[in-house]
Parts: sequence; structure tokens; C-alpha cells
Amino acid sequence: MTIARTQAVALTGLRGQLVEIQADLAGGLPGLHFTGLPDVSVVEARDRIRAAVVNSGIPWPDRKITLALLPADVRKVGSRFDLALAMAVLAAAGVVGGEPVAGAVWLAELGLDAKLRPVRGVLPAVIAARQAGVSRVVVAEANGPEAALVTGVDIRTASDLTEILGWLGGSGPPLRRAAPGDRVDPPDPLDLADVTGQVIAKRGLELSAAGGHHLYLLGAPGAGKTMLAERLPGLLPPLEEAAALEVTAVHSVAGALAGAAGMIKRPPMQAPHHTASVAALVGGGSGLARPGAISLAHHGVLLLDEAPEFSAAAIEALRQPLESGEVVIHRSLGAVRYPARFQLVIAANPCPCGRRGRDCTCAPQARRRYIQRLSGPLLDRVDVRVYMDPLSRAELTGPRGQDEDSATVAARVRDARAVAAQRWSEYGWQLNASVTASVLWATGWRLPRSVLAVAEAHAERGELSARGLDRVLRMSWTIADLAGRTSPNADDVAEALFFRSGRNLT
Amino acid sequence: MRAKDAVGRYGEAVAARHLVEAGMSIVSRNWRCPIGEVDIIALDGDALVFCEVKTRSSVAFGTPSEGVTRAKVARLRRLAVHWLATERSDTDFWRDIRFDVVSVLRNSRGAATVNHIRGAF
Repeated sequence: MTIARTQAVALTGLRGQLVEIQADLAGGLPGLHFTGLPDVSVVEARDRIRAAVVNSGIPWPDRKITLALLPADVRKVGSRFDLALAMAVLAAAGVVGGEPVAGAVWLAELGLDAKLRPVRGVLPAVIAARQAGVSRVVVAEANGPEAALVTGVDIRTASDLTEILGWLGGSGPPLRRAAPGDRVDPPDPLDLADVTGQVIAKRGLELSAAGGHHLYLLGAPGAGKTMLAERLPGLLPPLEEAAALEVTAVHSVAGALAGAAGMIKRPPMQAPHHTASVAALVGGGSGLARPGAISLAHHGVLLLDEAPEFSAAAIEALRQPLESGEVVIHRSLGAVRYPARFQLVIAANPCPCGRRGRDCTCAPQARRRYIQRLSGPLLDRVDVRVYMDPLSRAELTGPRGQDEDSATVAARVRDARAVAAQRWSEYGWQLNASVTASVLWATGWRLPRSVLAVAEAHAERGELSARGLDRVLRMSWTIADLAGRTSPNADDVAEALFFRSGRNLT
Repeated sequence: MRAKDAVGRYGEAVAARHLVEAGMSIVSRNWRCPIGEVDIIALDGDALVFCEVKTRSSVAFGTPSEGVTRAKVARLRRLAVHWLATERSDTDFWRDIRFDVVSVLRNSRGAATVNHIRGAF
């Protein structure tokens, strides 16, 4: 009986599951047979691993080889199993010892030239391996820094099969231990000081950054909407450990980690073009879905520039993730769950021609239709709404360099966030935007009548929905946090109302 | 084509000798019918064996037994049915029917390498 075992990891979304691979060499016509729900990309490994083994100078066993991927009822997708399959065959053929092969997880794609190639989703796979009690993982060199971000696992890298055979056979040096990637983000080239004027919009941006509130920027072309929105990530504090791990894992699964990437510490920003499909936005793809832009913007910013140009389906698809902070994508092979707790920034022109007021050449209907493409339910979830006028001549020609830079604002944002996180710590919330309505109105947090008077008047006149009122309250807390007050006063509520009501949008 | 056929004939002779040495008795060699040819039909104890012989002179294009393709397997099955329908007599006795592959690798010098796969498919 010549059976060998080895291990790999199958990924469903960000959830990894340990897969045991068994190789059996038996009499019969030579051939390679798979069992255990491999998809086409796994079965294609047949030709890759054979070429890789032969090109390493090892004769391919002239036997009937059966490879089982267990548990057999889990779908295995992708070339990530190549190396594990090859090692199982080599161990079954007696080329290498069974013990060291069975004790490790092998995660790499094999080229025909026997080179180990990097695969997507190494970070979540290694996390799953650690949870399953695996102590050693072998990956391609390019995946080493990413895999080594997981502590407590012996990560080894090899450039080709020959190195592994030399190591296991004792004729070569041991495989290199990988060091965790140290990602040094270059300084953000975008600074708030580059944006002249637009005091109200900048205030809205700051509120949005401090409280995690979604932001809506409406304004003529050239008013600086995109410039401003692009500077939001620069105002956000760096990601905390747990968040950074999640963000890096999502990027790893999407294959969006560049080269020797370490942990992503800067809040990510995604600005999909308005022609983006629903699948590109929320995630998709055949079989098991890949993460989309909203998941890549997890713990960061999703900017929808020229938002009314997006397809209605794409906009509507955002509603559920906005509420739940995650997206569940169902495909024939099963449901995949990706985190998607992003901060939404919507930028839009007031009408198709972009010229507001007397110069506008749009028919009234066209104008209305354009802005109505942003559905009510979506806009209802956006707290901060700002109309941005184009800069006046005085602002354009006046002295520059008087605007606050990102670092100054980011410091205020950081302090305000710290206060909020401290205040809501018993509930486990970091941001004012996360506070539930029941807590907002609970004794102890409920604001006095005198403070709420303005907002309640709006509500009574029907200009503010119940949900809108809750949102005004959340924003009031943010305004108070930024001002260093322990609790919002009437002015804070009035300012929140100003940004929420969209009065300034006209 | 001549050289190729010669290699095949050589291989079949080697295979037949190998089977006899393994205790099998040859029933028929190169049995032909309109749909093809069975290289060797033999009796192994109480099993009737239809045997495909595949000979190669080098492994540059894979081992000989890898040359037994799905199409060859299917044809041998059809041929077996054909043989049973036309050639079997009432006096024949066997319990099993088996399909074997004998791969013969002709070496440049010395004896050929023979690999007998019992019950190959």
C-alpha cells in the first residue's frame, strides 16, 4: 500500500478550511485521477504537476495515481493545490519521506518549469491553518512576507521543487524562513491644503471622517468634489491591528496585494468608474465569488464619483451592505460572505450639463431625472450633504496657502474618534455612525428637550423622518466630540441639521 | 510503417513469452475481425484474459502503458464482446474475464523491460 498524505487550504470567501490530500499509487493503467469536488482549475493541475516533477529530474511514477481531496464535499477551486498535490504524489512514490510532507501545509501554484508561484488568499489560508493547529506552511517566495504576518506558524519559502526535494532529502539547505512583510506606505501625496476655500465642504468632510458618516457632495464640475473626496482617507487614523488584518485578507483574496506586501495600515480607498457592473462593485464571478470594490473599501472609503451615472442596479446593490457592513453573494457553488464596512462618499453634478442656474441647458425633466437616479433609500443613509459652489474669483485669485493641511485635521479627527470610542466602549462601537437608535434615545444618552427643540420642530413639520432624526443625533455627537464638548448642545444639533437636511443643496 | 510494425511484432513476441512464463496459456494471438485485432488472448487459471501489448523503444513520448488510450480501451472491450460472440464454444470454461496490458520497453541493449498490468481496466 502506497498512500501519502499532505495538507492544503480551501478558501470560501475569507473562510479557510484545511484540506487533506491523499495520494494512492496502485496497479492499473497509468493515469492521474481526482476525487473530492475539484473544479476544472484543480484538475488542470494534472498536467502542471507532472511537467514540474519531470522537469525537476524525477521520473513520473508509471502507476495509476488517485488523488483525493478531503473532505470530499467541499469545493476546491484554483491552482493553490498544485504544490500539495505534487508533494503527495512524490511522497507516495517514495521520492520524499511521508512524515515531513504530511506535517506541513503546502500552498503554491506550480509552473511547468517546477517554479513555485504565488497564489491569492495566502493570508486567510495561513490563519485557517494556524487555527487547525498546523505548525508549518510552505509557500512561494513572493507569498512569504504575506504569510509570515500570521505569528506562531513556521513559514518556509522555496523558489522551485528542487529546493524542496533537496531540503527534504537532506542534500540541500533548509528552506528559508520568511519574515513578515513590512509595508511602508509612501506619504499620502494628497493634502487638504491643496484645496482652496470650500469651507463648508471641508467641515462636512471633517465631520464625516470623525464620525464615520457617509458623505454626499453635490456641485458643479470643477468645484473640487473629487479632490476633496480623495483626501478623506488621509484624514482617517491608521487601521488598528484587527482591522488591518481583515483589510489585508480581503486584498489578498482579491489578488490586490502588491508584491512584497505587508499589513495594509492605511484605510483603503476605492473609486470605481461609473460603468462598473454590479459584480465589480459588490463582488462576483462564476463559481465562488471574488470580493468587489465595496469589500476592497472595507474599513476605508468608497467613492462613487459621478454617482448618477452608475446603473440603478449597482446603486441599489449598495443598500444592503451599507446596513449590514458585509455582503453575502450567492453562487451555484455556495454563498460567500465578505466584509464591507465602508464609508460612502457620493459625488454628483447637479444636472447632466453640469452648469447650475441660468447657464444650465438641461430640460427641467432631464435635470430631475438625473438627480433622482440616486435613490431615496440610498441618500437617506447619507448623513452629511454639502452643495459645493464653484470657487469665486476672489477665492481663485486671492492668497493661497491659508488652508489647513491634512495633518491638522487628522489630529482633530483622531481625538474626536478616541472620545467617541471611549464613550461607546461598553457597546463595542468605535464610531458615532454605528450607534443604534435605541441607545441614542435611552436614558443617559437622550439629549434634553431644549437641545433637541430645533430638530423636533423639523420632524413635526414632516421635513425629517424618524430615521433622519436619529442621524441628526449621531452627527450632533460627532460635532460635540470635535468641539471637545461632553454632550451636544443646541448649536451642534442645528449644525447637524444643516448638513443632514440638505437645505444647502437647494 | 515497416519499422513501427516490426517493433510491435517484437513486443508481442516478448509479451507472449512473458505471459507463458507467468503460467498463462495462450489461446490466440493476433486474432482479427472486421473491427480490429486483439494482440493476445490467454487463459490465466480460470480467467480469460484479453491482452493489449504496447511496445515502445524509448520513453521520450511517455511510458508504453501510457500509450493505451481511452479509444484503445474502448476498442478492446468491443473486440472482447465480438470474440465471445463468434469464437466461444461450449467446451470453454472460465469464470472471469480480464483485460491486461503488457507494456514492453525495448532497450538499446539487453532484455526488454516488461510490465504486466493485470486487470488494467
